[in-house]
Amino acid sequence: MNRVQRARFAEKVAKTVLGLMAVIVLVTAAAVFIYIVSKGYRAISWEFLTTRPLKLGREGGIGPAIGGTLWLVSLTAFFTLPIGILAGVYLSEYAPRNMLTRSIRLAITNMAGVPSIVYGLFGLAMFVMLANFKVSALSGALTLACMTLPVVITVTEEALRQVPQDLRHASLALGSTKWRTIRKVVLPASMPGIVTGSILGLARAAGETAPILFTAAVFMSPQLPRSPLDRVMALPYHIYAEVTSVPNWSENLIWGTALVLVAGISIVSVAAGVWRSIQRRKIRW
Amino acid sequence: MVNALNVELRTTAMPSLVMTERENDTVVAADASGSFTLSEVSVAYGRDLVIEGVDMYVAPRSVTALIGPSGCGKSTLLRCLNRMNDELGNVKVGGRITLDGQDIMGRDTDPVELRMRVGQVFQRPNPFPMSIYDNVAYGPRTQGIRKHSELDDLVEDSLRRSALYEEVKKNLKKHAFELSGGQQQRLCIARALATMPEVLLMDEPASALDPISTQQIEDTIAELKSSVTIVIVTHNMQQAARISDQTAFMLRESMEEPAHLIEMSETKKIFTNPDDKRTESYITGRFG
Repeated sequence: MNRVQRARFAEKVAKTVLGLMAVIVLVTAAAVFIYIVSKGYRAISWEFLTTRPLKLGREGGIGPAIGGTLWLVSLTAFFTLPIGILAGVYLSEYAPRNMLTRSIRLAITNMAGVPSIVYGLFGLAMFVMLANFKVSALSGALTLACMTLPVVITVTEEALRQVPQDLRHASLALGSTKWRTIRKVVLPASMPGIVTGSILGLARAAGETAPILFTAAVFMSPQLPRSPLDRVMALPYHIYAEVTSVPNWSENLIWGTALVLVAGISIVSVAAGVWRSIQRRKIRW
Repeated sequence: MVNALNVELRTTAMPSLVMTERENDTVVAADASGSFTLSEVSVAYGRDLVIEGVDMYVAPRSVTALIGPSGCGKSTLLRCLNRMNDELGNVKVGGRITLDGQDIMGRDTDPVELRMRVGQVFQRPNPFPMSIYDNVAYGPRTQGIRKHSELDDLVEDSLRRSALYEEVKKNLKKHAFELSGGQQQRLCIARALATMPEVLLMDEPASALDPISTQQIEDTIAELKSSVTIVIVTHNMQQAARISDQTAFMLRESMEEPAHLIEMSETKKIFTNPDDKRTESYITGRFG
């Protein structure tokens, strides 16, 4: 083989190996998804989605768990989005390069690396006991917010960095203040990235069990919480509790619960991705 | 090198009231303003002095070209005129710059207000990711203008002045990114004009454009001269010769020393009979 042939061969090998790896990812994802669907689809019905569990969850539906997860996620978004986005804006647009901002960034990286069960313990000590919010949706959401915060800050910062410096200068050169430039040009241009990134962060929070284990979750609840200070059922915790504590748990219903959780998260993620690519088509540089 | 001071005498136009006629018969009153005087201006990036001792007079309603090899500080000097260097951090400007007699580097001058009077067009077209209309209305809205009729007039007027109106009048709601590069740059000119600036700074506005678009930009500059003072940085010597009234030649002779203003004169003189040998070598393409 001469040099050109060797190079061509190497090219072929590289392409095949890389493609194979990508296919493995696809196959794994598909296998997980198909398995969950095949095990769980029989449980899905309007009744299952809306009614309360009966006989410790061996029968009945998961309505309160779906409602509780929605509560937790909305409250988490309520706490984490404003703080996370504004902190990201500060870090990207205003923060000088000094010890303080370096330590803020270090703190964010470390926050992202803390295991979720540790957040659960922290939430128990901080929100449940010290702040005396008791075991409640509020305590759980605050705990989940701590966990999601680094994600939101990081995606915000990344999205803002994608906005060309030229656009900021154009706005400043027209006599805009920095804050107006951020509000009118920089944030709108980076919104697709911020929104999708944040949604992915929140979707992860929706599927977490450990942070709400001691802070928010209740095993059985007949209805939706009426205030943020109520305990809530939640989809991931429901699966955990059934499988670990209920003898003769219903395999059918638990896979159904898993399917609801996975499908909910997938639908939201895919919708966010599609929305972003539509926005991206409008904003190219 | 002392020539810059003589230029002041030669190129000072008599201030007069210039009325710009608009097509719908309304008249924009523009008094004769927009003259810059620079004395002993120096610029440092951190500890690195990059420009030193620039004396310059820019007459109102004229086109001044800044020429010189890459890295000679033309753009940096341009950014002194609207204080955009403030935004880059770590840039210090010394000396004195006045716009119509008012010290623009003083504490009482708000750079935000200054930039409404001194607009800028950048090297690469940089429209905002919004509609044509919203791009042009951006500056006026920043100034607090909210009335639709007033904004409509300003948008149309600015687009006419930048010679883009006829091409886009059917669909002002179109996204700015759907325009061609040359159209985008004329949109950026319209956007800068919409705040009714007295001065327009242009940093190589045609260097990213094809020859036809470049021609259109040059025509626009020639039109605009009657209503606004233009200072333009260009690498293109023919362009400087074609469009400018005065030309200033800057040069940084080595990286160890700062750039200086070598010569500033009427454009015709610079290109036919420059006083300084270095100007002549640059013009004739012997370096840079």
